[in-house]
Amino acid sequence: MTVTTSLIGAPVDRIDGAEKVRGAALYAAEHPVERPVYVFPLQAAIALGRVTGIDASAAIAEPDVVDVLTHENAPRLASAQDAELAILQSPEVAFRGQFIGAVLAETAEVARRAASLVRLSYEQLTHDVELHPARADLVRPGEVNGGFPTDTADGDVDGALATAAVVLDATYTTPQEHNNPLEPHTTIAMWTDDELTLYDSTQGVHWVRDAIATLFGLDPESVHVVCPHAGGGFGSKGLPHAHVVLAAMAARLVTPRPAKLVLTRQQMFSVVGYRTGTIQRIRLGSDSTGQLTAISHDVVEQTSRIKEFAEQTAVPTRVMYAAPNRRTTHRLAELDVPAPTWMRAPGEAPGMFGLEVAVDEMAIACGLDPIEFRIRNEPDTDPETGRPFSSRNLVACLQEGARRFGWPERNPRPRTHRDGPWLVGTGVAASTYPVFSMPGSRATIRARPDGRYRVLIGAADIGTGAWTALTQIAADALDVEMSDVMLSIGDTDLPYASGAGGSTGIMCWGSAIVDAARKLRAELPIGEPIPDEGVEITGTLPDNPYAGQLAMHSFGAQFAEVKVHTGTGEVRVPRLLGIFAIGQMINAKTGRSQLLGGMTMGLSMALHEHSVVDPRFGHVVNHDFAEYHIPTNADIGSIEADWIDEHDPYVNPMGAKGIGEIGIVGTAAAIANAAYHATGIRVRDVPITLDKFLA
Amino acid sequence: MKPFRYQHVADVDSAVRTLSEISTAAYLAGGTNLVDLMKLEVAVPDLLVDVRRLTSDRIDLHPDFVRIGASVTNSALAADPAIRERFPMLSQAVLAGASGQLRNLATAGGNLLQRTRCVYFQDVTTPCNKREPGTGCSARKGFHREHAILGSSESCIATHPSDMAVALVALDAVVNTQGPRGPRAIPLVGLHRLPGDHPERDTVLEHGELITSIDIPSLGFATNSRYRKARDRASYAFALVSVAAALDVADGEVRDVRLALGGVAHKPWRATRAETSLRGVSATAEAFREAAEAELADARPLPDNEFKIPLARNMIVGILTELAEARR
Repeated sequence: MTVTTSLIGAPVDRIDGAEKVRGAALYAAEHPVERPVYVFPLQAAIALGRVTGIDASAAIAEPDVVDVLTHENAPRLASAQDAELAILQSPEVAFRGQFIGAVLAETAEVARRAASLVRLSYEQLTHDVELHPARADLVRPGEVNGGFPTDTADGDVDGALATAAVVLDATYTTPQEHNNPLEPHTTIAMWTDDELTLYDSTQGVHWVRDAIATLFGLDPESVHVVCPHAGGGFGSKGLPHAHVVLAAMAARLVTPRPAKLVLTRQQMFSVVGYRTGTIQRIRLGSDSTGQLTAISHDVVEQTSRIKEFAEQTAVPTRVMYAAPNRRTTHRLAELDVPAPTWMRAPGEAPGMFGLEVAVDEMAIACGLDPIEFRIRNEPDTDPETGRPFSSRNLVACLQEGARRFGWPERNPRPRTHRDGPWLVGTGVAASTYPVFSMPGSRATIRARPDGRYRVLIGAADIGTGAWTALTQIAADALDVEMSDVMLSIGDTDLPYASGAGGSTGIMCWGSAIVDAARKLRAELPIGEPIPDEGVEITGTLPDNPYAGQLAMHSFGAQFAEVKVHTGTGEVRVPRLLGIFAIGQMINAKTGRSQLLGGMTMGLSMALHEHSVVDPRFGHVVNHDFAEYHIPTNADIGSIEADWIDEHDPYVNPMGAKGIGEIGIVGTAAAIANAAYHATGIRVRDVPITLDKFLA
Repeated sequence: MKPFRYQHVADVDSAVRTLSEISTAAYLAGGTNLVDLMKLEVAVPDLLVDVRRLTSDRIDLHPDFVRIGASVTNSALAADPAIRERFPMLSQAVLAGASGQLRNLATAGGNLLQRTRCVYFQDVTTPCNKREPGTGCSARKGFHREHAILGSSESCIATHPSDMAVALVALDAVVNTQGPRGPRAIPLVGLHRLPGDHPERDTVLEHGELITSIDIPSLGFATNSRYRKARDRASYAFALVSVAAALDVADGEVRDVRLALGGVAHKPWRATRAETSLRGVSATAEAFREAAEAELADARPLPDNEFKIPLARNMIVGILTELAEARR
């Protein structure tokens, strides 16, 4: 057997590409099941109160309607601990759009039509859905998402600000945003006795299994979740949402027939989570040389009254810049709204918008180039813990990006570059994302007598290329060709895998595969004959011996060129460049796509995305793609992502850091900073729409 | 979607007769807006009469006018060499609307009759006078960034969404119809209604009246015309403000001008006040600005759409300046 050249880092084509292009890759709704019943949800038309009457007679009378599910006939759940998931256990309504039932019918069209015929009456209570910082009832969460402390304080921030040579005190806001993966959230549920099978579009089959087993009081072994492909998730498909429960409840009513539920785009705006809006007050103080002396980042954001989610918006500020006096806080408004959730780089995406625009403002106030200012305030060790970084190459990213972007030729004065009616500017922002690890992933490798290797792990591919990257990792670790590896993922019958979240997937799953391959190679060195009965070994995600000793983060630098029309205020982004320090890239093709996708989503955050809540009704009124804008092709100009050589043996056996999220971080700030450079108008609130430049 | 019947008929007369007899029937042409509204149960017709093949899908050149059949698709209209040469702003307006896929299906007649994209109109769980008269206007005190600044009423502030109609209204187009009481020709500027107390009626068409074609009278200087659309993203979005303009300049003086605005009113807004003030004056940026301000003097914006006033003003000045320079 020949020794393979290293596959890691190569731009390998997606092994499932052809299957996807041909439409043969199965997404959740497409799994062939016999005689499914179609489920269309009933949603609350009030934001707070209770359902007092349900007249389903007209719906039931429709031909092909099978049943109507409500709190009156829904199965009782074993656990009501998660109020987002414990639906139909009472007539109470906690937010507008909450599931209060469903119509089951022979076709999707009949179910949807009949749902509109169900007459509901309510007792309505006064709701409260408005996020603003002046509330007297803000609460301090016990911790923020990711398990980070809610607040941090070091030194004397107020004292340092009082004596600083230069002080910035500004408020930045980001609006509520919705994840909107292309494939809608979808579940097919079917019961056989007390066993439940779910075809679900998810970022983690085992996460769904465990949550649903708890809710229905089942042994996890009795819940089987299948998801070979998911059409995006951005965090909204991380943990299961109420539609999975609704589908399982509906299937209970029609056992053994399967129940199929595909959410509409509009429904996704109320039941599958979203990114909270944020209000960020940032105060920076520096001495006369531009050395930061104080950093303070105070965040107000929202959560649902029925379930707490505290986004870690100020957490990246803790790691970015050196200063002796530092403070971060998070406070929550508890509102009668759906539960917020993860959305690509929760915390980092909105938090780094605030921080990196503030840093741009501060650099200018100090008379320094924004890159020079950042370099001057680069910490030697993690400012929060004092731990050394496993690797920190922000400066290298800034310098390489500056060189490639033509930064040195830039006239720093705003409003100095014109192209016809357009004002042109450039901007920069730093990006960071932590190297998280999620415990528990296991991988099994079976060496077969024919010389091929079956690799089994319940991982998810949400469109990122996990099928391909994991095959590369396995082939490299086993020292065989990719064609000798047969990968199986996306099924709870496979060994446990953590979900695709926190940019951890490839690292955690890949490390488990590497561990299994090393064990297998110890038992069965390459070149030795494989016995007839084969060899099977299971590996696990090893504990990282450096955890708790080293600070582990990805870094990057985002550069943007922005044009603003002098007459209309229209904003265009002809050029985006991101240079990242992310350790070992696993697949240069799918990895670059991930970074470009993240940067595109950052541009979307900068210019477009805004879930508009009407406080009178309590729901997002622009709940479709006509009104909730994401970029079109015409909005994206030249967009480039690249990475520097970074060797970090401490993060995991592959030396790889996550790439799913860092692309979005910093992009919006770079665009806002470029828009300022173009126009001299500082926009501290995204989205940066044309009206902000008109007078 | 409410179940409905679908019917082919032989000709325009049968279509008109069928609709006249059934108050809950509707015409189906491209379906790019109607079918969406049916899915949302904003439109709930019992019967759809397919008129796609009943009216002409040709663009005919006559000595004094161009006739666009009602079934001409947006794609064909925008690509037509005669339209591009004689009325560039019309081609530009159509291309500024929707997406390639939608333009392939949408028809000229249907384009004029598309309904507002106001988010409250499209959501049956919220009050809307246009959808359900007497329930109130949710937009007035709600999300109204995209709504009207001119000609609105207490009962409705929705905007007409078409780009094509803005160019056509500037070109003095005439809509030919066949109705229960026979054929008639309606100047496009009078086709759409301001909301007043009856925003539920978009147009002056009677139930059953079918647009069969659109005539554009010849206008020599329309070769010097442009359509400019400002929106929240670079494509596939409705206009915040759009401007269609044609300008005839000789010796630095405005001989004639045609100007219309989109995204500002319940109808494509013909800027007659600005036109009047411009005829015979020097073609300067200052004159264009004064004309724009005269046109917008009656604007009554709401807090979140005030920006449309400077936006419209700047766009009018910009497009007229470009057209004046093009003729220099």
